[in-house]
Order: sequence, then structure tokens, then C-alpha cells
Amino acid sequence: MLEIKNLHARIADGREILKGIDLVVAPGEVHAIMGPNGSGKSTLAGVLSGRPGYEVTEGTVLYRGRDLLALDPDERAREGVFLAFQYPVEIPGVNNMYFLRAALNSVRRARGEPELDAGQFLKAVRAKLKLLEIGDDLLQRAVNVGFSGGEKKRNEIFQMAMLEPKLAILDETDSGLDIDALRVVARGINKLHAPDRAMVLITHYQRLLDYIEPDRVHVLSRGRIVKSGDKMLAVELEKHGYAAFEAA
Amino acid sequence: MSTPVAAKGLDAVREVTSEGYKYGFVTEIESETAPAGLNEDIIAFISAKKREPQWLLDWRLKAYRHWLEMPEPHWAKLRIAPIDYQAATYYAAPKRQNAPKSLDEVDPELLRTYEKLGIPLSERAALAGVAVDAVFDSVSVATTFKAKLGELGIIFCSFGEAVREHGDLVRKYLGSVVPQGDNFFAALNSAVFSDGSFVYVPEGVRCPMELSTYFRINAAKTGQFERTLIVADKGSYVSYLEGCTAPQRDENQLHAAVVELVALEGAEIKYSTVQNWYPGDAEGRGGIYNFVTKRGACRGSSSKISWTQVETGSAITWKYPSCILEGDNSVGEFYSVAITNNLQQADTGTKMIHIGRNTRSTIVSKGISAGRGQNTYRGLVRIQPKAENARNYTQCDSLLIGHKCGAHTVPYIEVRNPSARVEHEATTSKIDEDQMFYCRQRGLKQEDALSLIVNGFCKEVLKELPMEFAVEAQKLLAVSLEGSVG
Repeated sequence: MLEIKNLHARIADGREILKGIDLVVAPGEVHAIMGPNGSGKSTLAGVLSGRPGYEVTEGTVLYRGRDLLALDPDERAREGVFLAFQYPVEIPGVNNMYFLRAALNSVRRARGEPELDAGQFLKAVRAKLKLLEIGDDLLQRAVNVGFSGGEKKRNEIFQMAMLEPKLAILDETDSGLDIDALRVVARGINKLHAPDRAMVLITHYQRLLDYIEPDRVHVLSRGRIVKSGDKMLAVELEKHGYAAFEAA
Repeated sequence: MSTPVAAKGLDAVREVTSEGYKYGFVTEIESETAPAGLNEDIIAFISAKKREPQWLLDWRLKAYRHWLEMPEPHWAKLRIAPIDYQAATYYAAPKRQNAPKSLDEVDPELLRTYEKLGIPLSERAALAGVAVDAVFDSVSVATTFKAKLGELGIIFCSFGEAVREHGDLVRKYLGSVVPQGDNFFAALNSAVFSDGSFVYVPEGVRCPMELSTYFRINAAKTGQFERTLIVADKGSYVSYLEGCTAPQRDENQLHAAVVELVALEGAEIKYSTVQNWYPGDAEGRGGIYNFVTKRGACRGSSSKISWTQVETGSAITWKYPSCILEGDNSVGEFYSVAITNNLQQADTGTKMIHIGRNTRSTIVSKGISAGRGQNTYRGLVRIQPKAENARNYTQCDSLLIGHKCGAHTVPYIEVRNPSARVEHEATTSKIDEDQMFYCRQRGLKQEDALSLIVNGFCKEVLKELPMEFAVEAQKLLAVSLEGSVG
């Protein structure tokens, strides 16, 4: 699914943030990437999704056998890469449903599937709302405008459910959530777990992993993965803190 | 086919001359086109061609004499190449021989644009200027439409026809909102206007359909100096659509239209415009100079006039649809989207003149600049001494795409009554990179993402447009901004 080799990337001011990441994620797997602030977690999410402002200086990323880095951000999305944003962006005046239908139809066109008309789309929306056990209160509002932190994250998970990605990268989806919102989001993520879908959870805290069981846990420090293990690694991290794993 | 018309025209001229017309009329009346230049002979020629009564010729000549003494205005933030008014032609009969005979002969680029705008197939040919009788029977549509309006006593016809059939009404209201000497371009229009539309809605009648000049199809070219007069009698309502989302080309670079609206007691006029004249090429060559005077008078108490405009075309747009709020409790509204791309320039806005008590006005202006486009909002809110409790709310938002364009806001506020409340909010922002990336990460192509964000930005204005128009206008925004990112 995803194969990252020796990935180096820097930001606009020339500072190198990723200093040789190696990571392999197979279909159906859930990987957690944990690390302190400034370790390069969000940069990794940005580079994988094609966010402007990063420059890859070395290394390769293969996604389903293709060179991911050669694709535009929207091509990546249409190929099934989904990023749940740490800070979902507000788009004033654009209805959430309208936005999602435009996005979904764009993805469907790329997959060679017919576009959904308003009725079919609404039906699909209802089915996903039911699956995720979330309300329809956000649908008629402008995209993320005036949403609470919890609502924004819930909306991200809902979009993910609608777009049915092959690779979902969740960038600190748990940050800023109270315990109830965290449960809703975690339940959504678990429901969307599928044999042909890989997930990469980027998180600072271990608490999300109380609800979601990862296949692999990686500790990121100063731009490198310094330790990988199973879910017990997260528990160990919680006990000893990141300091014990700091890269030299 | 032109002989009988020309003969009639000649008769009219003879009438005029026999009444002692003293301006030395020399132009050949058989000619279908006036010679270049502007003088009193030319004006008499136009008036004769249109078989106008003496009062209208006098009215035109008065306007012309005003015009001669007026300087061309240069206060707008526009760079305008010098215009040679004596080089222009002020009357030309519509040309037929050059019209394409079928869609196969139409510029494929134009057809692609129609496609993008989602214009129904049945209308594309007519829009492209294919001889109308060959494609679609707009005449019979028009006739049915007119009969329906006639039952309600609504008059909706060309300006020329109105002068002939409803002379008293025209004479009563023509120039009552925009006088002949109002401004340079209005004076020019008053002297040489070609044709346009006239609407009268009788007392208490609610016009049951949106009136559009040509049911969107410009069956007869009204030319560069269009004149529109709409009168809504007491307690009536009318919604009028002008223009067309399809790109319109014209050989004449200079356009100067005048629109006058009169709303009597309790009447409401909603006037929507989509302006998409040829903007010139990417290097700024060609393109229409669009100098428009639009003004509405809320004469009666509790009357309302609402302007909505989507301005995407023309090389230069100079236009300030305004409301004179004379009647107590009258309401004026102005909703505007103006886009400038490449080398387009727009200086547009409104004037809200509060005269009556408890008058209210709302201004929402959205300016979008891309390429090397320059976009200025210029507005005046004036509260006169007797306008007790007047209210105005103004919101001006500018969006910049790229770093070579400009946005400017020039609001004038004059308050002469202490009970007034006037609010002005303005924002200027660049197209947000995070918004673009968010949309693209969800699978939208760059240009679709831009179109989505821009449409969201314009939402408050677009929702004021009649439904089908709004859908086309959304697509038009996207087409107008093509090539502005990436």
C-alpha cells in the first residue's frame, strides 16, 4: 500500500525536518505514529498529501506501486489518499453537502464510476451517518464555518467515510477533543477499518489508542523513526515519556 | 427589404425638415449606416430613422448640447486610452449578411464556452448569432409571452415601439431619473441612444414572470447605446433580467447605456444584470469600454429598488447603479460581484441617496481581482437633512488572486442628519492557500477548487439572482477566472 524509503524533506526556510523516514504500511493495517512536538509528524502528513511548502530532498514514496510524490495533491486524493486535517479549514459560503458532493463526484469520476445525483448522494449520506452514529446537524452549514473543535473533527471523519479512501492519514485527529468527542471520532475510525484500507494515525498522546488498536506503533523523534513495535509500545511510551526514546 | 423602412424614414425626415428644421440636414437617408462622427445632423438622422416625434428629437439635441460642454470624466481609477468620439459610428442598421448559417460556421471557442456555461443546446445557435428563424422560433415565444403580459396591462416592448405606442408614458418619465445632462456618458447616450426596453407595470399588478430583454437571446442587436426605462406603478412588482451569461461580442468598443427605474408608492423593482461583454484578450487588446449610468428613484413611500449585478466582462467597467430614496420608508439595495482578470479594469459601486424618513439601504459588494486586473469599489451613502432615522449597511469584500492585481475601496459617506445610522465593513484578502489545499486534498482540481471558493465568497450576492440565472452565473465565475491560478 505505502512504502516510504529514506524520506528527507525540508521546509521553506531550508531546515530539514524529515531526516530519513522508512515505513511500510500494508492494506488493512493501522499504524500509529507518535512523537513529541516538533518531531516531524505533521511534516510527514504534509509531504504524503502534497501540501505546498515542503521540499523532498531525498528518498521515495511508493503508493500502490506508483510514485506518490510525482502526483498533484488532488490527484493523490482521487487515487485514494485522504488526510484528516489537524486544523480543518473554513470555507465561507460553501455548503458542506455541496462541497462533499463535488469532492465525491470528482473522486468517482477518477475511478470511472458514475457521478451521484442529489438523491443518490443524500441516500449515501444517510447511510454513512447511520454507520458512524452521528447526527446530520453539520450538513447544511458552510464548510467548517463556526464549527466547534469537536464538530470539525467529526466532519473530517464523515468526509473520510463518504470518500472511502485507500490510505487515510489522520493528523492529530484526537487533539483538542473532550472525551465524548474522542469516543465519537474513534468509533468512526473503527467502523471505517477495512481489509483494503490502510490507516496512519498521527498522534501526540496515547489516549486515542485506548479506543483504536493499532497493528504497529512508531516513535518519531527529530525526523526519524527511532523505535517501532506493537501496541504495547504505546503503553510503554505513556509510562516513560518520549525522553527515553529521543534520537541522538 | 430595407426600401419601405427607408422610405418611411425619408417621410419622417421630410416632416421634420418641413417644420423648419434648421440644422442643415445633409446625410443620405437611404444609407443604412450613418457616417462616422457626431453632430446635430447625425442625431437628426438617427431620430428620423427611428421615426421619432419632434419632442424626442428636441430632447436628444438638448442632450447633445449638454454633452458638448461636458468634459470626459477622469475621476475613476481607470486607465483609458483616448476615445475619439468623432471616429465612431452612431447608427448602423443591424447586419444580416454576415450571420453564420448554422452552428458549423460558429467559432468553436465560443461553442466551448456555451458548453461550459451549460447553456441549453436549443439556445446556443441563437446566441451565436445564427439567423434566428433557422433555429428556433423566438418570435412566437415572444408573442405568447406578450399576450400574457397584455392581459395584465403590463407593457413590455422595445424602446422604439414604446415611443410610438406609449409616447405619453415615455415622455413623462424619460430623463426624470437620469437627466440629459447628468454626466458625460449619460448625455452622450441621451443624444444618440439606439434602442432598448420599456416596461410599465400598472397599479397593483405583480408581474408573474421574470422579464428578460430577449428571453436571454439577443434577437435584435440594440447596439452600443442602450436605453431602458422601467416604471412600476403603485403597489406593483416586477423583476427584470438584463444581459446574458454567454459572452457577447460587439464591433463597437464604446458602450454607454442608461437605465432608469421609477418605483411609485409601495412598488418594488428588482433589476438583475449579468454583464459579459468581450473583455479583450490576455494582453488587453480589444474589449468593450462599458460606461453605464443606472439609477432608480423610489418616488413613493414604502417603495423598493434592488440592483443585483454580476460583472465579468468588458475591458473597462464604469458603473454605479444607484437609488434615490425619496419616499418615506423606501428601501434601496445593491448587490454586486465584479471580476477583473488579465488586464480588465472595473470601477463600480453605488450611490444611496437618502431623502425620505426611515429610508434604508443595503450594499454588498464583492470584488475579485486576478491576473493584472484592477477592481475598485466606489460608493456614496448620503443622508439628507430630512432623512430621519435613515439606515445604511455596507459590506465591501475584496479577494485577490495572484500578486499582480489590485483591489481598491473608495467609500464616501455624507451624513447630514444626526439620527442616521451608517455602517461600513470592508475586508481584503488573498485567495487562501489553506482553502485551496483543503479542497484539492478532497479531490477537487485546482480550477474547481478556486471556483468553489470564489462562489462561496460571492454567495450573498448570487443568492439574490433569480434561480436559473444564479446557476449560470456560478459557472460564469469559474469561466471568467480560468487560467488565473497554477
